[in-house]
Amino acid sequence: MTNLEKYVKAFTDSFEISEDQVSALEYQSIVQWDSVGHMSLIAAIEDAFGIMMDTDDIIDFSSFEKGKEILKKYNVVIE
Amino acid sequence: MLSGKVALVTGCNRGIGKSILEKFAENGAVVYANARSVGCLDDIAQELSQKYSTKIIPVYFDVTNNSAIKGCFEKIRNEENRLDILVNNAGIMKDALIGMIDQKLMHDVFNTNVYSVINITQYAVKFMRRQKSGSIINIASIVGMEGSPGQVIYSASKGAVIALTKSLSKELGVYGIRVNAIAPGMIDTDLIKPIGSARIDENIKKVVMGRLGKPSEIADAALFLASDMSSFISGQILVVDGNTII
Repeated sequence: MTNLEKYVKAFTDSFEISEDQVSALEYQSIVQWDSVGHMSLIAAIEDAFGIMMDTDDIIDFSSFEKGKEILKKYNVVIE
Repeated sequence: MLSGKVALVTGCNRGIGKSILEKFAENGAVVYANARSVGCLDDIAQELSQKYSTKIIPVYFDVTNNSAIKGCFEKIRNEENRLDILVNNAGIMKDALIGMIDQKLMHDVFNTNVYSVINITQYAVKFMRRQKSGSIINIASIVGMEGSPGQVIYSASKGAVIALTKSLSKELGVYGIRVNAIAPGMIDTDLIKPIGSARIDENIKKVVMGRLGKPSEIADAALFLASDMSSFISGQILVVDGNTII
């Protein structure tokens, strides 16, 4: 599984949505991505990449695209 | 009672924390034992590990150091990948009368007694939420409920611990995570010695049971809250004070 596939899967599993929905996703753009859903998403991403994100990054993780940028700090490159 | 469970206990070098460490080890938990001074838990960790055939792992860091906290949790993830029990015990007591409370005292006390509890808990919850189980035990104080002259900041910090315990229990109960606090009264530890024996004797008169509590009596309460014996108890402040009337 590539990093991109793992990343997409974290979104689809957490929010129970299809793959074609994820790329435009932003925080609170769908009902599932509320504050509770956000914590589930972060847990899924941490599990997928074996990382432990800082609180500031969890707060800043505001979209599918922004998440890619943040994950670079943890040496996770999504391409 | 704690066999197979993984615990993190902060402030294990003496007093209540040390007693909780011993009690958890005796009951079969794997314990990540925190203290600030590097090496100070090495001997007791080895002794308890051998005596009770379990694992006691010293983790040395200042609870106010966020990156060190993260490092500790990364170690737990790498070694055990679970956390069942968190005891937020580390704390400081600095007293001053109103009018003599400076910014540093306020900052120091709240940084150690409140903000560190929140920071550590945020990391612990990462494990517990996934597991859909966990027990968080915060060590508060009866002065956080009743107040105490000369202890405006300390009592406020422990009052905050009580409030955050109740809020956390409401937020995390849905994940099967229990959050409780213990409010000790006057316990025979190094923390109360600076007030002097005369004042200690005076304070004992306020204890209906007529004595100071022992650290082991707080550890017994922690064991109960950590174990499945308290599986339907959350959001509670367990007062362990020999019936103290302040």
